[in-house]
Amino acid sequence: MNSIKNAFREMMRYPSAVLGVIVILLLVVLAAYAMITIPYSEAIRLWRGGEDVWYQNPRFAPPAWTNLFTAKKLPESFAVKSANSGMTKVVTPGTKGTSSIEITYNFDFSYDEFPQELLLYFTSTFKQKQPFVSIYLMTPDQRKVRISDFGVSPKQTFRFSQDEKLKRRLGGGEIIPALFAKPDSDPLIPLKGKYQLILNVVTFEESADLDAEFVFHGLVYGLAGTDMSRRDLMLPLLWGAPIALAFGLLASLGTSVLTMIIAAAGAWYAGWVDELIQRITEVNIILPFLNILIMVGTFYSRSIWLILGVTILLSIFTGQIKSYRAIFMQVKESTYIEAARAYGASSQRIVFLYLIPRMIPLLIPGLVSSIPAFVFLEATLAVLGLGDPVLPTWGKIINDAWSNGALYKGMYYWILEPAVLLMFTGLGFAMLGFALDRIFNPRLRGM
Amino acid sequence: MTSGSQSSGSESPKKSSSNSTLLRVARYTVVRLFTLFVTIVIGIYLTIIIANMGGYVDQIMRSDIRENVTAQVMNNPANKGMTTEVKKKLAEDMIKLQEKRMGLDTPVAIRNFAYLTNALQMKLGRAINMSSDSGSRQVNLIILERLPATLLLMGSSNLILFFASLYLALSLSRKYGSFWDKLVIALSPTSAAPPWFYGIFFILIFAAIFKVLPFGGMVSTPPPDNKIEYTISLLQHLILPASSLIISSIFISIYNWRTFFLIYSSEDYVEMAKAKGLLPRDIEQRYILQPTLPTIITSFALMLIGLWTGAIITETVFLWPGLGRTSFQAIGLYDTPVIVGTTIIYAYLLAITVFLLDFVYALVDPRVKVGG
Repeated sequence: MNSIKNAFREMMRYPSAVLGVIVILLLVVLAAYAMITIPYSEAIRLWRGGEDVWYQNPRFAPPAWTNLFTAKKLPESFAVKSANSGMTKVVTPGTKGTSSIEITYNFDFSYDEFPQELLLYFTSTFKQKQPFVSIYLMTPDQRKVRISDFGVSPKQTFRFSQDEKLKRRLGGGEIIPALFAKPDSDPLIPLKGKYQLILNVVTFEESADLDAEFVFHGLVYGLAGTDMSRRDLMLPLLWGAPIALAFGLLASLGTSVLTMIIAAAGAWYAGWVDELIQRITEVNIILPFLNILIMVGTFYSRSIWLILGVTILLSIFTGQIKSYRAIFMQVKESTYIEAARAYGASSQRIVFLYLIPRMIPLLIPGLVSSIPAFVFLEATLAVLGLGDPVLPTWGKIINDAWSNGALYKGMYYWILEPAVLLMFTGLGFAMLGFALDRIFNPRLRGM
Repeated sequence: MTSGSQSSGSESPKKSSSNSTLLRVARYTVVRLFTLFVTIVIGIYLTIIIANMGGYVDQIMRSDIRENVTAQVMNNPANKGMTTEVKKKLAEDMIKLQEKRMGLDTPVAIRNFAYLTNALQMKLGRAINMSSDSGSRQVNLIILERLPATLLLMGSSNLILFFASLYLALSLSRKYGSFWDKLVIALSPTSAAPPWFYGIFFILIFAAIFKVLPFGGMVSTPPPDNKIEYTISLLQHLILPASSLIISSIFISIYNWRTFFLIYSSEDYVEMAKAKGLLPRDIEQRYILQPTLPTIITSFALMLIGLWTGAIITETVFLWPGLGRTSFQAIGLYDTPVIVGTTIIYAYLLAITVFLLDFVYALVDPRVKVGG
């Protein structure tokens, strides 16, 4: 107990260790937050859901806060529904069971670029006769632009940019810029101010009703931005933390503990056990580590658990086992072991209760400093396209960004966000590991 | 640093009655060569088994052949007049022929042994799907064609890395505790990130934002005819991948060497030499560098064979046409001969190096006796 306290006090003397501990704690908090607010099943649904889940988001949108640093303000995205009074909905009953519904929505548009797309998702209930809707857009200079009018089926999507008639009416160019531009400007300049979307609906039956969802795809989105399939990057950024931590910790814990046990057993039992361990190690050193992992990922399965298992298996029999063995050989000759043997302790008891505990001070720094390597290994495999197909991870974001040419197209946020998190994780554990190494390794003390 | 691949020399020789050095060395050599050979055989066999997935790759290739050949036969206008029955028969025959060409008609276990014996004799055979740029399917040619690119990238970066970090470490160990020393210690955790990670940042900064260096590849397209222009273009493409390989490990490398030298320079005999008033240069050369020479040589030798494997991901990220990228492509194409080919050459090189190192130790370090 006292020695742990001492070690802790010593650790506090290294600023890098303190910084490392802070980074690790922040990551743990982030991971816990992710797992509590978005349960696993929900995370998978949001990550693999499909267009139904992501339709509200624009494609390739940088995070909204980038507007703070740029002179040109990019339009932000939003989505509103008439059903939950996000839009104003007024129903006026008419004669013979008909009624007219007016749905309006006012929004501010004071940006320097045009939005990506505007969409309306209609849901209507009726028995025989479809409700009829007319869509208008009121511009800040009080022009009322007729967008379109049509009968609505139970579920219908209307994309502003795809309406051919509207295109012809607006002069044949791109629809969205034409809607939001100052009249007669060339090149087109966005007209800033209050816009109003007006839906005039007529229903022809007693119980008929219609609701609409207005989705505005801007050029920036949320806190983290979106990727090529409109997914909010916040989810993999958050959920990447617990996965990276779990993979790094499990791999490094599994590797170092198993290496230690096997090395201790080899040193203690000697003979053919030791010989076998040595030979396996030599074979394993010849095998190309990354190639085998890539083969397993390509041929067998990309499940993160299989990769984790193979990683641990291949990392046990490396040079580390030889250096542990050398130390155990020395410890084996010490007097307290002789005493244990004299009172008749079993081999198992000696290995687990006398040999291994002696090495724990050496184990801890190695364990902590090898975590970044495993965290980056997972990202590396993901970048090669061998990431777990189900899980949202940081490496997956980099892989998606890379294969969509994010750097060529200037979508830097896409790569920088996961890269910064990876760097933080790596640095946090590496800094702590370095300090621990200096504390627990007497030869390095004061160097 | 040295990843501990030193041979342990654990083949404890029985107490020989004769003390003849020659006999001892000869016996040691034979035993060592034999164990290394067995190690290689097992290592290669494991690679072959993994690369064949216990026969699953065969199934993938079989269905691939079936699909291709059937489509070929059915869509060939020359076969228009045939009935479906005849076409089917023709397709079956062609599938059989194709399977025989790829060796799929013999059972996996036998084929694995055939692979093994061929591989051990360095008969690397023909690739299944890949071909060299000159169109050859010989695995030897494919590997030889990619080797210069890998050696250029890995060689330049690793040699710079090795000697720069050794030199800087030595000078830091002299001025230990200085500002630069502390800076290197503070920066050494950055080596936790792999080269491709820095590569992405370099591409972002120098290729995407400043547009001063190319995104990837080895020469600009079309390759310049002029030799000087070609070299310049090559160097331009080399800068980013090489520096990401260097940056990702230079600080940890300096730190490790520096600590290593410091441990040796705090030995009693160094203190003694200092007390005697020897020149610092003499102390460094005689009392620090000489005892650490075996470690430096091991590290250098392992670095040299490490060049061979190439950097799979760095090469992939920078589209560098080297061996690392080739082996990644080979795995994607289930091309067992190429996978085994790259592995076997690495295994042989490693084994030879490990073997030779034992003798080199004996030459540079008077405390070491071969087989002793």
